Amino acid sequence: MAATTTVPNAGPLSGSRSFLSKLREGDEIARIITFIFAASVVLITLLLVFELWRGSALPRHKFGFHFFATSTWDPNAGDFGALPFIYGTLVTAFVSLAIAVPLGIGAAIFLAELAPQKISDTLQFFIDLLAAVPSVIYGLLGVFIIVPLMREYIQPFLKSTLGFLPLFQGPAYGVGFFTAGIVLAIMVIPYIVSVSREVLLSVPRDQREAALALGSTHWESTWKVVVPFARTGIMGSIFLALARALGETMAVTMVIGNTPTISASLFSPGYSIAAVIANEFSEATGDLYLQSLIELGLVLFILTFVLNGLARLLIVLTAQRGSEMGRT
Amino acid sequence: MTARLRYRKFVSGFMLGMTGLAALITVSVLFFILGYLVYHGGTSINWAFFTKLPTPVGESGGGMANAIVGSAKLLLLASLIGVPVGFLGGVYLAEFSGGAIAFIVRYAADLLNGVPSIVIGIFAYALVVLPFKHYSTLAGSFALALMMIPITLRSTEQFLQAVPGALREGAMALGASRWKTIASVIVPAAYRGIITAILLALARVAGETAPLLFTAFGNRFWSPGWGQPTASLPVMIYTYAISPYDDWHRQAWAAGLVLLGLILVVNIIARAILARGVSIPRT
Repeated sequence: MAATTTVPNAGPLSGSRSFLSKLREGDEIARIITFIFAASVVLITLLLVFELWRGSALPRHKFGFHFFATSTWDPNAGDFGALPFIYGTLVTAFVSLAIAVPLGIGAAIFLAELAPQKISDTLQFFIDLLAAVPSVIYGLLGVFIIVPLMREYIQPFLKSTLGFLPLFQGPAYGVGFFTAGIVLAIMVIPYIVSVSREVLLSVPRDQREAALALGSTHWESTWKVVVPFARTGIMGSIFLALARALGETMAVTMVIGNTPTISASLFSPGYSIAAVIANEFSEATGDLYLQSLIELGLVLFILTFVLNGLARLLIVLTAQRGSEMGRT
Repeated sequence: MTARLRYRKFVSGFMLGMTGLAALITVSVLFFILGYLVYHGGTSINWAFFTKLPTPVGESGGGMANAIVGSAKLLLLASLIGVPVGFLGGVYLAEFSGGAIAFIVRYAADLLNGVPSIVIGIFAYALVVLPFKHYSTLAGSFALALMMIPITLRSTEQFLQAVPGALREGAMALGASRWKTIASVIVPAAYRGIITAILLALARVAGETAPLLFTAFGNRFWSPGWGQPTASLPVMIYTYAISPYDDWHRQAWAAGLVLLGLILVVNIIARAILARGVSIPRT
């Protein structure tokens, strides 16, 4: 296609001949075919956004921003408010980060700064396998192992030691925000470790050597020089983990308790956006009900879209900084 | 040694020890998962699990033969849709494009890769289930294919670009056309990496449950053809695990063991292929 348009002076005959000869050799055909497939990816993505937007027209017009601020979810009365689901999604995501960030960054520091190459690679291999475990398996273990453990031991223990905080009050059901947060933490740690390790490894060697030469201990060079250097990339890994945690469905659905509540207590059963879609979508009767669920999907899409974008930007920035410093 | 220095050395040793502990905890989770699955699943797995249909509620026994076949069918059709699109799109990115179009395609693929799987399910429902008016293997496969495309595309691009320029120039200098160079030199040089990527993409979608809930739905019987609702291993694990029946719990563990075993084996094979080196001769 391009060949015919870029050589206007050569006349129609020679122009079409070069196009034809290219066509005979297959170059143009190959280009067009592969282009169609590449373009279809863009098309699918646009269609996805369009379908989510079109599919949620009814509740968007009927409730407006009210949808995000009210907490009634009554399919029979046709009244839908998403606040408890948004609350549950955010609370479980932040509980999971509170656990996963220190553990994940600690493990990444160990892998990048301390462990010998062989051990680091072996552990990274196990962490990659951990990332491959499907979420329904985490849910299975959550239901039969973690929930009883929480109900019998961990929640009573937290209540007796930290029970003065409103976070750790109320009856210990086992299921709820806290349990969902813990299962999510286990699921997102591999992402934090893998990305942070890469980012830490991209920090130029001279940075470490300079700090050690100035008399700092191994930990001081790591914590005050290497980690700050990789700061933006590590933030990126955290955003990536947050995006994963927000969109995670099965494991959360199985342990969060599936009750739309807003409660200061982490022990209370709750509900999340992804969980309510998973539970109610195939049973939703009536357009308004179904479209309200699709609007929740749209909210989830926008949240993860923004977070993933931010994460990628931060990781790229750090990698660039590392290679620039390394060159000079 | 001054007290100050001793303190600093203590802090250093202590904190580095803590990072080691964090790594240990993280990795040990994998072995806890495997241990529990082998312990609970290993005792409940038997021949009937692979060969029998699920029994009606209340009757013990039975198996998940239909879910195993259903999962295989879903994955087969998903690869048939997803792999060509991802692979050829990746070839376009690596070999034919540059500038704005490549940026847009890359951006769209990364965006698609980050979409939560439950939202992919909604999309497949709107696009495939609604027009056909019922849940089907086809709809489930479409949802899974959507998740395979971005992974296959980006890794195909990566591995093709890693092929040394000298190989490309050599083929061109011998008079091969562009697509001949790609088909007979560049893709063969990168095929190990690409196969690895496809295997990893398959392993990733094999365990996906959320996009199947309202596309493939579920079925307690065989699902003939491609237009009927079908059972799949991940959805079976989910419905059996949250059910109140002990016998179903037992089977959920067995299914979990089978599913995770397959996924980990594929992962290990893929990584072993890659570790033996992408077959690019260093010139």
